Amino acid sequence: MRIEIKFGGLGGQGIITAGYITAKAAAIYDGKESAFTQDYSAEARGGASTSEVVISDEKINYPQVLHADYLIVMSQSAYNDYLYKLKKGGVLIIEEDLVKPDERAKDFKVYGIPATRFAEEIGNPIVANIVMLGFFTAVTGVVSKEAMWKSIEERIPKRFLEMNQKAFLKGYDYGQKILQESS
Amino acid sequence: MISAGKKSTMELLREEVESLLRIDRLPHVWCPGCGIGITLNAFLRALIRAKIDPNKTVVVSGIGCTGRAAGYVNMDSFHTTHGRAIPFAVGIKFARPELNVVVFSGDGDLFAIGGNHFVNAARRNHDILVIAVNNFTYGMTGGQHGPTTPTGAYTTTTPYGNPDRPFNIPHLAISLGAPYVARWTTYHLMQLQNSIYTALHRKGFRVIEVISQCPTVYGRRNEMKSPLEMMEYFRKFSVRKDDATFDEMELTYNGRIVVGVFRDVQGIPTYEERYNDIIRRAQK
Amino acid sequence: MKPGYYFWSGDIAAAEGAIFAGCRFYAGYPITPSSEIAERMALRLPQVGGKFIEMEDEIGSIAAIIGASWTGEKVMTATSGPGISLMNENIGLAAMTEVPIVIVNAMRGAPSTGLPTLVGQGDLMQAKWGSHGSYEIISLYPDSVQETFDLMVDAFNYAEKYRVPVLFLIDGMLAHMYEKIYVPPEDAVERIERKRPTKPPGEQLIYEPDEDLIPPMPRIGEGYKIHASGLTHNEKGYPELTPQAQERLIRRLNDKIRKHAEEIWKVEEYRTDNADVIVVAMGSNARAVRTAVDEARKEGIKAGLLRPITIWPFPYKYIEKYAVDYIVAEINYGQIYHKVKEYASGNVELLPKMGGELHTPQEILHALRRYKK
Repeated sequence: MRIEIKFGGLGGQGIITAGYITAKAAAIYDGKESAFTQDYSAEARGGASTSEVVISDEKINYPQVLHADYLIVMSQSAYNDYLYKLKKGGVLIIEEDLVKPDERAKDFKVYGIPATRFAEEIGNPIVANIVMLGFFTAVTGVVSKEAMWKSIEERIPKRFLEMNQKAFLKGYDYGQKILQESS
Repeated sequence: MISAGKKSTMELLREEVESLLRIDRLPHVWCPGCGIGITLNAFLRALIRAKIDPNKTVVVSGIGCTGRAAGYVNMDSFHTTHGRAIPFAVGIKFARPELNVVVFSGDGDLFAIGGNHFVNAARRNHDILVIAVNNFTYGMTGGQHGPTTPTGAYTTTTPYGNPDRPFNIPHLAISLGAPYVARWTTYHLMQLQNSIYTALHRKGFRVIEVISQCPTVYGRRNEMKSPLEMMEYFRKFSVRKDDATFDEMELTYNGRIVVGVFRDVQGIPTYEERYNDIIRRAQK
Repeated sequence: MKPGYYFWSGDIAAAEGAIFAGCRFYAGYPITPSSEIAERMALRLPQVGGKFIEMEDEIGSIAAIIGASWTGEKVMTATSGPGISLMNENIGLAAMTEVPIVIVNAMRGAPSTGLPTLVGQGDLMQAKWGSHGSYEIISLYPDSVQETFDLMVDAFNYAEKYRVPVLFLIDGMLAHMYEKIYVPPEDAVERIERKRPTKPPGEQLIYEPDEDLIPPMPRIGEGYKIHASGLTHNEKGYPELTPQAQERLIRRLNDKIRKHAEEIWKVEEYRTDNADVIVVAMGSNARAVRTAVDEARKEGIKAGLLRPITIWPFPYKYIEKYAVDYIVAEINYGQIYHKVKEYASGNVELLPKMGGELHTPQEILHALRRYKK
C-alpha cells in the first residue's frame, strides 16, 4: 500500500531532516520502500520549508506526494499552503502552539502537540522536530518506534543523542496518551 | 680538425635534439625566421642537459602557432583545445605527480582564452612548467591583436593602433605566487636555455615568458619587416634586471624589454604535495 | 563501500557508483543540482586513494579529466546544463581523440539558468549534438537511485571499451531524491578496462584500430610517445588535413559506436506485449507512466511503457518493433519525440512539459484514455 506523508514548516524547524529520518526509517529499518524529496522551490518563498515521503511495500513509481495521507505542519503558513494536499479523511498533525486550524480541518483527523514548548522544556527548541517525530510515530504507526529511533540515532551527532532521545520519547509518550484519551 | 667517423660535441648534441623531435613530421608549419623554433630548441637542449627522462615528460599545447609545438616533440604530447592546455596538464600532473609536465603554448592561448586557467593554476601552485611564447599577436589567424599586443601597435584588428593594454605577464604570475618567473627574448638563447634548465629543477607553477618575433604578421606592420630587424630590436632594447619593479616589467610599443629571473623561491608546497596530506587525512 | 542497504540520493549514488566502477579521478565545478556529486567525491575519493579537484570552471574540469584519462585513470566530472554547454568543445576533443570519460548531467529546467533546482529533460539532444561536427557518444539515463548506481558501472565500461565520452544523464528530481539502494559486493560486477597496446613502443601506431574499429590506448609515461590532437589525424596521431584522412577518421569514430549499438542499447519494456499504445518516457519521468499503464490496463486500455535507458545511440529498433501508436512524455517541448517519429509506423503524440515537475500518473492516464478502443 502506498502511503504519502508531507511535512511543512519554516526553515530551521528541521522539516527536511524530519522527512529524511522518516523515509530512511521506513526503508532501511522497517524494510519497506520509500522515496524522500524536498521542495527546493519553497526555499525561495520566505523561509518556507517542506519535504515529502512516500512509503510502500512495493517499488515506488511516482516519487512525490499527490494526495497526502498524513500532513504534519509546524507553521501557520505551511498549514495554509499545504492543507489542500491532504486527502479527505487524512491525518493532520499540528504544532498546536503555532498552528490554528480553521473550519476546513473538520474533514480530517487532527492531532496536536506543543512540540516546541516540549523541546524548550527538554533544553533546546531545535529538537521540536524530533518531538514531532515521536508524536507522529505514536499516533500513526506508519513507521515502527524502533525504526524511527534507529534512523534518528544514525542522523544525529552523538553528543546530542541524549537530548534527542528525551525529545523523541516525550513526543511518543504524549502521542500514546492522546490516543488513549481519544479511544 | 675533426677526424672522419668521430662526431663532434655539436653533432652529438644535434643528434640528441633530433631524437627528441618527430623528424618524420618536418618541415614544420612555422614561417622562416619565426621565434617558436628557437624557443623549442632551447627547451629541448635544457631537457637534455637536465638529464630528464623524455619518457616521463609530457608536453601539452593549446591552439595557435606555438600550440603546434606539441606536434613536433618526440614525447607524450597533446595538442588540445584553444586555451585549455593548462587544465589538461593539471589533470595529467595531479593524476601522476611523478611525471614532468610542461605546457608550451602561446600568449593568446594562455592569457586570453585560457586566462582563467592560468590564474587559477598559478594560485593553486600546480607543479607545471609553463613556457609562454609571446609574439604580441595571433599569428595563426593572420595577425589580430591579442592580450599581449602593446598599446599603439598595428595589427589586422587594430588598423588605427591598439587601444588595448597588454598583460604584464611576469607581474601577473608573481602576484599569483608563482615560485619561478622569468622573461627572455629569443635573442637571449643561452640565458633562456639556462633558465629553462633551472626551472626544470624547481617545483611548482613555473612561468617563463619568451618574447618572440613574428615577422610575418606582426613585425611587418610595426616597422620591423624582417626577422633580423626584430632580433635587432630585442638585442638593442632589452635590459637584464632581475629585481625589476612591476612598472619596469611592463612592455610598451617598440620600447624597452626588461628581461631576467624575477622570482625564484623554493619550498612553497605544490597542490600535488598538499593533496598528499589530504589523502593521508582521509585515510586516517 | 561495504555491501548492503543504504539510503542515498541520486547524486550520492552517482558518485558511489562511479567509485564502485573504478573511477579514481574527478575534476568538477559546483552547479545545482549536481553539486552533491562533487561533495561526495571530495569526501570519498581520497579515502580510496583517488583524486578530487575543484577546478575554476567546467571547461577546466573537462580538460583536466581528459588529461588524467591519458594516464590510465577512470575519470569523471559532473555538472548540469549550463556546465555541459561550456564543456561541449572538449566533449568534441574527447570524441575526436577517443578518450574514455564519463560526464554526469543532472538536467534542470532550461534553457539558460532556467530552473536550477527543478527537473528538466531539455538536454537530451544536446547530449548527442552538443559539440560541433559529426560524432557519436553514448548516453545513459536511469530512472531510480538504484539504477543510477548500477548503471554507472555500465557507463565506465562503455567509456573504456569504446574509448568514447559517456554522457550520464540524471535529472533534478533523481539527483535530489533519496531512495533505498543495495550496494553489491565488489566482485559482483564486471569492470572493463580500456584495451592496452600489444606491441612495444615504436611499433604501435597510436591510432591504429583493431577489427572492432577501436584502437588500443597507451598511457602517458610508458614510452609510447603518444601524440593526440584535435586536428584531423592519421593512424600515427599526426595531423593530416585532407578530405581523405577526414573521411577515414570520422567514419570510424561514428561506426565504432553504430556497429556496436545493439550491445549498447538498454531499454525497459513494461507491459508492451499486445499493447495498442505505448508511452515513451525516460528517467524519473518514466516512473509515473508505470502507474498510469497499470491503471489504464485495469480500464481495458492496452497500454505499455517503453523506457530508453540508452538514449544515444538511440535504440530505434525498439520503436520499429511495435506497430502501435506512441505517446512521448518528456519534460521539454519535443526532443526524443522526433526520434520516435522517425521510426514509428503509427501515430506519435507529444505530451510535453516545459520543466519544473514530472508528469503525474493522472496526466499520463488522461492521455492514454484517448486510445481506448
